[in-house]
Amino acid sequence: MGWLVFALGVWAGGWWLNHVLAHRPKTRLTRLAVPVIFGVTILMIWEAVVHGLEISPILLPPPSQIAVTFAAKTDILWEDFVQTVIKGALTGYVIGCGAAFLIAVAIDRFPFLQRGLLPVGNFVAALPIIGMAPILVMWFGFDWQSKAAVVVVMVFFPMLVNTVQGLQDTNAMQRDLMRTYAAGYWMTLLKLRLPAAMPFIFNGLKIGSTLALIGAIVAEFFGSPIKGMGFRISTSVGQLALDLVWAEIAVAAMAGSAFYGGIALLEKAMTFWHPSQRGRT
Amino acid sequence: MRNVVPILTVVCTLLVIWYAAAVWLNAPWAYNKAERAGIELNFADLVSDTWSQDKPKLPAPHQVGAEIWKTTGEMVLNGRGFSKRSLIYHSWVTFSATALGFLLGTGLGIALAIGIVYNRTMDMSVMPWVIASQTIPILAIAPMIIVVLNAVGISGLLPKAMISMYLSFFPVVVGMVKGLRSPAPMQLDQMRTWSATPAQTFWRLRLPSSMPYLFASLKIGMAASLVGAIVGELPTGAVAGLGARLLAGSYYGQTIQIWSALIMAATLAAILVGLIGVLQRITLKRMGMA
Repeated sequence: MGWLVFALGVWAGGWWLNHVLAHRPKTRLTRLAVPVIFGVTILMIWEAVVHGLEISPILLPPPSQIAVTFAAKTDILWEDFVQTVIKGALTGYVIGCGAAFLIAVAIDRFPFLQRGLLPVGNFVAALPIIGMAPILVMWFGFDWQSKAAVVVVMVFFPMLVNTVQGLQDTNAMQRDLMRTYAAGYWMTLLKLRLPAAMPFIFNGLKIGSTLALIGAIVAEFFGSPIKGMGFRISTSVGQLALDLVWAEIAVAAMAGSAFYGGIALLEKAMTFWHPSQRGRT
Repeated sequence: MRNVVPILTVVCTLLVIWYAAAVWLNAPWAYNKAERAGIELNFADLVSDTWSQDKPKLPAPHQVGAEIWKTTGEMVLNGRGFSKRSLIYHSWVTFSATALGFLLGTGLGIALAIGIVYNRTMDMSVMPWVIASQTIPILAIAPMIIVVLNAVGISGLLPKAMISMYLSFFPVVVGMVKGLRSPAPMQLDQMRTWSATPAQTFWRLRLPSSMPYLFASLKIGMAASLVGAIVGELPTGAVAGLGARLLAGSYYGQTIQIWSALIMAATLAAILVGLIGVLQRITLKRMGMA
């Protein structure tokens, strides 16, 4: 009972604190503090409710127990991280985005291809591509190559569609200006159209970053060597070792956020001139 | 309509590449068989063999088409359209989870968006987490959600729908927040001069002007919730649904079955997204926005 009262108290306190902070003038500090307080409140309520309602740790382990498991099994977690994120997701991401970018530049030269490939690409981007995973696992074997292949297929179309759209995002005035400078195709591409496409390209990269992790993890459900995050999650669920599962999820969450955050930072550095980035502190 | 020719060209090229790839990928097995039988293969034999293997590495399109017809149309003609062997049955299972998850996700998304637009505290504390929640590869949790809910006594449709819901609520939140904030300050001022209550402002101005945003997000959400339903079927041990067909196919090396399930899933996605597109056109037309 005490735990439940504590949970209610934490909820009220956290909400009140955020309420006060949110109604003060926005600064960098409050913008960071409010979500952090929210997150910490949720974690504390989770802990208190698990103890208060005496939920079995097999069903829902409290955060403290997950943290203990996390600290105790860092070697396993690191091994899985390398296998899934570095080898599977990152390799596939680089190959997929790189290929999509090059093909998009090529398509852009031929309006016929553009009109044909864009609708098809848009259609494919909406399909449940993750279903390709079992096929690719058959083709490329159980190790990380097949995971990378799944990631390549998953990130390819969002990246392609976004880049092609971005390359068209110049107006006639700008292109005419390049012509008056006697700039050729490559010069125009390099100095005008690629920079103009940057916001779109980064949008594609961001969408791809979350897809890449999902692809690499889900592909491991279809067969993998005895390491990797997807493998660990599916086997630990079978053993009802949910604290380890949650630890893996924490790793996945951190990897995903770091990946996304890194690209967002890069975007900020490279497209500082764009209206969506200007005027932000 | 002027796009029809280029699209057809691209689709035909893809089919040609597919057939060629089938020859290339299945050739080793064909040569292997011929060698054991002591036959010399000429090109025509090779092609006909690679396009008609039982468990090819890459089945040719017509094989997949025949399998789909066998498990859908033919079964309907035999009056067994809903037997457990038919893809229609499996598609129906997946579709029901997708639809339920999509409805739940849309509801949750709209509710969160209204909260975020009308409550400053929620805006600042919840919105960053909504965005962060999507950088987490949530599908990884799918097996756990299924097993845990099963242990509590909830099984069947709901666990899969929960995964679909998680995937589909995000685009709706983001789109609706944008949409509900899209009325210009001028329009909001106009509502104030008419001394409209907050509820009236919501129903007559904010909600109608958010519709284009809502439909764009619904399309993304629908595609996402289908993915969620398919992945949600994987850890249940291949009982029913398109995801189960994929898993069973990969266990037994039935490539044709995998491909037909895949094409079926693609068709389902196309139909569902297309339906929302139709709904969007009708709604926006009646509202005079398109």
